[in-house]
Amino acid sequence: MKKKIKIKLNGKLKTINNNSTLFNIVKKNEIPLTKVAIELNQEIVDKKKIKSINLKNNDKIEIVHFIGGG
Amino acid sequence: MKKDKFIISKKNFNSRLIVGTGKYKSMQECAKAINLSGAEIVTVAVRRVNITDKKKPLLMDYIDPKKITYLPNTAGCFNSKDALRTLRLAREIGGWKLVKLEVLGDKKNLFPEMIETLKSTEVLTKEGFKVMVYCNDDPLMAKRLENAGACAIMPLAAPIGSGLGIVNEINIRIIRKQTKLPLIIDAGLGQASDAAIAMELGCDGVLVNTAIAKAKKPFLMALAFKNAVIAGRQSYLSGRIKKTLYGNPSSPKSGII
Repeated sequence: MKKKIKIKLNGKLKTINNNSTLFNIVKKNEIPLTKVAIELNQEIVDKKKIKSINLKNNDKIEIVHFIGGG
Repeated sequence: MKKDKFIISKKNFNSRLIVGTGKYKSMQECAKAINLSGAEIVTVAVRRVNITDKKKPLLMDYIDPKKITYLPNTAGCFNSKDALRTLRLAREIGGWKLVKLEVLGDKKNLFPEMIETLKSTEVLTKEGFKVMVYCNDDPLMAKRLENAGACAIMPLAAPIGSGLGIVNEINIRIIRKQTKLPLIIDAGLGQASDAAIAMELGCDGVLVNTAIAKAKKPFLMALAFKNAVIAGRQSYLSGRIKKTLYGNPSSPKSGII
């Protein structure tokens, strides 16, 4: 059985495979990459490099986009 | 007549009306209202992507950022740290450098927290952002923001969403006299005539959200604001007559039968 880790994605606790990359998460959640920005543990991530970013236990990911506002 | 240009951070715009994209019933309604208003700049908020409802419509699918200038804001931020974080993320989405800084200080009156706003303006300017700053209508603070590198001064007319119109015309006049930066009334307008008054005071533009989005007929109100901003600007440029205490007949006094 694969080892699992826990991460937080946009405030929600998720259990994922130990060897997951940030790209795996983006793909699984059907995130339109050109319309978002991504933070990993409060550091902005270069979207071109997400395939090489391996996630660790307790990582906090924030994915944001533009919505209506004044 | 020389072309009357509305320039923000070296970019030319035809419309002096900036419109917020919040509080509409739907993305469709928002997009249509913006189209009718003629606005070329719209404010947008930065928020978490909804990961549970992947089919939720995206703003960018309705308002094309290649045609309309997105002005990311920091609405909901109550300190400099959160505002900086929000705008750095906004820039990362697709290179947005022109931003609206809004650091609030009180959840009830939604007045800007000016110490944090000033600090944020300094940092953002150093990082290469072009910062349009939501602020109170204090001429001294407006001057400090200008010195800190703001690219536009955006004083409130009244509390956000209040619809009260310009409550302190005197301060707006003083700020107008002291700054050559674009001066844009941001927040508190309730009806089209409020926008005309702002323009007649010499403001370069107005930013409106609630007054359009929450009007009973948002599309008609979007048109009304468009016309009011144009009329107010034309009136300002025309040079109004002096006010007098007594009457002055419009018809000649001579030749009366």
